[in-house]
Amino acid sequence: MTEYSPNGDGRAILEIKNLKKHFRVGRRASLKAVDGISLEIKEGETLGLVGESGCGKTTVGRVLVRLYEPSDGEVLFGGQDVHRTRGDDAKLLNRKMQMIFQDPQASLNPRMVVSDIVAEGIDIHNLAESKKERLDRVHELLETVGLSKEHANRFPHEFSGGQRQRIGVARALAVEPEFIVADEPVSALDVSIQAQVINLMKTLQREHDLTYLFISHDLSVVKYISDRVGVMYLGQLVELADSDELYANPLHPYTRALLSAVPVPDPDYESERERTVIAGDLPSPVNPPSGCRFRTRCPQAVEAAAHVDPPWREAKPGHWIQACPCFA
Amino acid sequence: MAAAVNGENILLVKDLQISFGTYAGEVKAVRGITFDLRRGETLAIVGESGSGKSVTAKSLMRLLPEANTILKGGEAIFEGEDLLKLSEKRMKDIRGSKIAMVFQDPMTSLDPTMRIGRQITESLKEHLGLSGQRARERAVELLTLVGIPTPKDRIKQYPHQFSGGMRQRVVIAIALACDPQILIADEPSTALDVTIQAQILELLRELQEQLGMSVILITHDLGVVAHTAHRVAVMYAGKIVETGTLREIFYNPQMPYTWGLLASIPLPTADRSQDLIPIPGSPPDMSDPPKGCPFTARCPYAMRVCPTEFPEYTTFSAEHKAACWLHHPMAPNVEPPVRVRGTR
Repeated sequence: MTEYSPNGDGRAILEIKNLKKHFRVGRRASLKAVDGISLEIKEGETLGLVGESGCGKTTVGRVLVRLYEPSDGEVLFGGQDVHRTRGDDAKLLNRKMQMIFQDPQASLNPRMVVSDIVAEGIDIHNLAESKKERLDRVHELLETVGLSKEHANRFPHEFSGGQRQRIGVARALAVEPEFIVADEPVSALDVSIQAQVINLMKTLQREHDLTYLFISHDLSVVKYISDRVGVMYLGQLVELADSDELYANPLHPYTRALLSAVPVPDPDYESERERTVIAGDLPSPVNPPSGCRFRTRCPQAVEAAAHVDPPWREAKPGHWIQACPCFA
Repeated sequence: MAAAVNGENILLVKDLQISFGTYAGEVKAVRGITFDLRRGETLAIVGESGSGKSVTAKSLMRLLPEANTILKGGEAIFEGEDLLKLSEKRMKDIRGSKIAMVFQDPMTSLDPTMRIGRQITESLKEHLGLSGQRARERAVELLTLVGIPTPKDRIKQYPHQFSGGMRQRVVIAIALACDPQILIADEPSTALDVTIQAQILELLRELQEQLGMSVILITHDLGVVAHTAHRVAVMYAGKIVETGTLREIFYNPQMPYTWGLLASIPLPTADRSQDLIPIPGSPPDMSDPPKGCPFTARCPYAMRVCPTEFPEYTTFSAEHKAACWLHHPMAPNVEPPVRVRGTR
């Protein structure tokens, strides 16, 4: 895979170079969750990462915030190698990079009250000088995410799903991060609540100059929040472009199939659209197909796709694809 | 697609009311809903979690836990009999044979210790009295029908040897085994990835056309509804707040909750700069549901009368009804939000 070179004018806050994460399964086999991904995330943007379950999108997010060590490749945050940093520098990185998880039920400690959940990071990084300052900060954060002061002494179970996700957002914001990995932050929520959280995340981004990596399987949600979108398939990035460009002119057959599979809440559109339903299931990431990984399900697969590792290249300015022989 | 709407009634649910006894008191999950299902149509029941849509479906199959379910009233007439009052013995004849159900999670609805073949033939032997040999042949036919390759080998396998999408196909095959007249599909594609979801929805639609069954589709996803349904009932807090044909609900909705639902979903086709319009707040607590319209607390158009009394249904066409005080002659004239009108 060729190096990703920057496009546009934004400064890269995060550079991912040929990142791989393999998990050992059994004696000789390894599950190639992420298998050679290179991309840059620019300061202040939202990069959306979409793909089906098992494509490695969550693993990418987890490697970035150092929940996993990569098997190969590197991640640079502000020029600093995230995985080779130790001591105080590492602690600082932990503060600058935060994560919001999918399940607001599982990601909040049920035995802690909200103020302690939100202030945990403040305590660890000594961001408050007195008890009063700590509490003021918690109150301020709760109000920022649309909750109120009175909520500070309650336990997570006293909240609805949407409110819990707001607590998760407040916790991430508490340490004044620069970069947030949001892993399916709205997938567990009802549609009417989803929109509340998406709008909240957009507002916070503007007010706090945040950069997001927004991971989701929901293409419509990703389009709404992202400036650029990357599509993953079996551990690799197959397409990356500006959000509007990707949805208007998808080039890779997988992106096309994925977009055409999304049911659109518009009956006329639904009855008129041409659907490319792709057959079959995702191959195992333990033993991915050679060459182009999508070839086993690709509606336009060609013989050559099995032998060539498709190069990562810029099809038009800012629009990157894994150039499989079937369409290149 | 709208062809099937005028078919004859196959199921009539009248004033269904279901509550659950809990430590915290009585939870009123379904609070008097009335709807009918016609031959050969797909009726979608849409709503958010806790709106009572799954409870409705399960009550028709009599699958709710007996210990704490309180049937407060109503009836569900199928072939001249009230499903809610049938003896368990009689219900066993209907469940799985005349009315079948597909659940959300295909892993939990299959028995992990039983071969797929036996899980399909089970109901064939029970309901149709087929011999082992004949039932196995029919199982292979069914797997072919739902698009499972090499069915002869597959019937000897266990559920864990199937992928999620394939498992859901098996579940559908089991549901179709006895040629049901009604198929109740409770979030049939929610646990699946989009590409697999598209396969399953396509399959359900084809099967319905081919076999002419009536389908009740329970879902929270309006995209799925737009793709599959003929008629739609929108549920909120245990009530049906609006019902109509697919086009009426999407292009001419008459109730602020339906407006809110439509305006809050991100469309892959829409302009990104348009902000989503969320519905503020959250659904009411069903152990103490509001006396009037349950949407009042979240409704931007709420009036003084709204919290005091549930509105009568206003009829807009043969199929289209909505419960909202805005349609009272004395109510002010209100335009739905731009995004709702804009989807047309």
